[in-house]
Amino acid sequence: MSQAVAELSYPMSRTEPFNPPDDYALLRAEQPFARVRLWDGSYPYLLTNFDDIRSVLSNQKFSCEPNREGFPHVFEGRMVADKADRSFLRLDNPDHDRLRRMVTKEFTVRRIEQLTPRIEETVDRLIANYTQLPQGADFVEHFSAPLPTEIITFLLGIPYEDHHFFHEATRIQFGSKSTPVEVRKSLDDLFAYLDALIGRKEREPQDDIVSRLVAEQLVPGHVDRLTLINIVRLLLSAGHQTTQNMTALGVLTLLQHPDQLALIKSSPELIPGAVEELLRYSSVLHVGARRVALEDIDVNGKLVKASEGVICSIPAANRDPSLFPNPDAFDVQRDAARHVAFGFGIHQCLGQVLARAELRVVYGKLFHRLPNLRLAVPFEKLRFRHDMFVYGVHELPLAW
Amino acid sequence: MRIEINRFKCIAAGQCVLKAPAVFDQDEQDGIVILRTNSPAPELRESARLAARVCPSEAITIHED
Repeated sequence: MSQAVAELSYPMSRTEPFNPPDDYALLRAEQPFARVRLWDGSYPYLLTNFDDIRSVLSNQKFSCEPNREGFPHVFEGRMVADKADRSFLRLDNPDHDRLRRMVTKEFTVRRIEQLTPRIEETVDRLIANYTQLPQGADFVEHFSAPLPTEIITFLLGIPYEDHHFFHEATRIQFGSKSTPVEVRKSLDDLFAYLDALIGRKEREPQDDIVSRLVAEQLVPGHVDRLTLINIVRLLLSAGHQTTQNMTALGVLTLLQHPDQLALIKSSPELIPGAVEELLRYSSVLHVGARRVALEDIDVNGKLVKASEGVICSIPAANRDPSLFPNPDAFDVQRDAARHVAFGFGIHQCLGQVLARAELRVVYGKLFHRLPNLRLAVPFEKLRFRHDMFVYGVHELPLAW
Repeated sequence: MRIEINRFKCIAAGQCVLKAPAVFDQDEQDGIVILRTNSPAPELRESARLAARVCPSEAITIHED
């Protein structure tokens, strides 16, 4: 390819923690299909325009299967995990729809409404426990990590006591600096753990998602054991990692925008819209979504050739001024409904109704119960998750 | 207004039910979209349009008569 312009490497760095890399706005205006260089020397396209990204993600001629030639791998360790993934997240149709529909009934609006009292009770208890700790206690460790982990382990029927084990697995499998050997070992350990879990559910079924998957899908032969392990692994990791980071980053965003926080405190009916705006503004899936063209495809007049990789930047789409005027402003009253923080197309987040329910309960309760909640360290001291597949803060010391 | 849904395209993301609960529902067995009405009353039409716009699998078609 031509190297006339300065080479862009990906992922790019941010200059401000709340904003995507500065180059995205420039690229969207001048080079909406930019070639970027990855760690392995490949040059996929980076897409930054909302309409192009929606077109690619809704076009099933773009594959999301990591073993296909040209699929963009953003971290070396993550490549190992992606290539081993047999869940529907990393499968095209018809397999995707067949496998996804084995679990869709578990995450419907009605089922999550039934779960909401449990989310409220958990949030109340975690706030009470958090405030028993010394001022400056880490909100990530003591609130935003336990909340989604408690909920997803309850739904799946996994012992919450094992959370250190799978939090560590997530840290290794989604970290940019993890080596292929470390990721392979972590995957083996996690697969063995989930294999044993499935064995327990075969012997002693309970009222949980894994037991139902075993009885309704594994035993009749609709799904093989390795695929089921992968589906449970997906539900577990997606069920805690993304909401954990969104919860903490959202609290920080609100604390840094006191005028917006005051609005949702005085007008709780703004909270559902504020959650959508926080999802748009934060876009914690900051290094994807990734696809590879199965054939030559015209995307709004631009030809993407077969086997060329495409990175659809979720943060860039969600800051596109043609859809979100003044996109870098955090405004809980804006219409953010069309954001793509959960992705778009057939792979859009399965757990998004659950995520929204958790976030609405947190933001609805936290600032009323703790009206003086504030950062316990200077903002500049916070460590942001530049090095992780899912963005957020590593720690969030708060006072109340 | 007339609404058409494609149950084969639906991926049960649930967005339509969140945006327009008076128009859309989900099947208890698989979460796939169900129409509560295919010709919504005037006051429900804007929410139905929004549901169609945010549907990730483009399973909702709105025919404006």
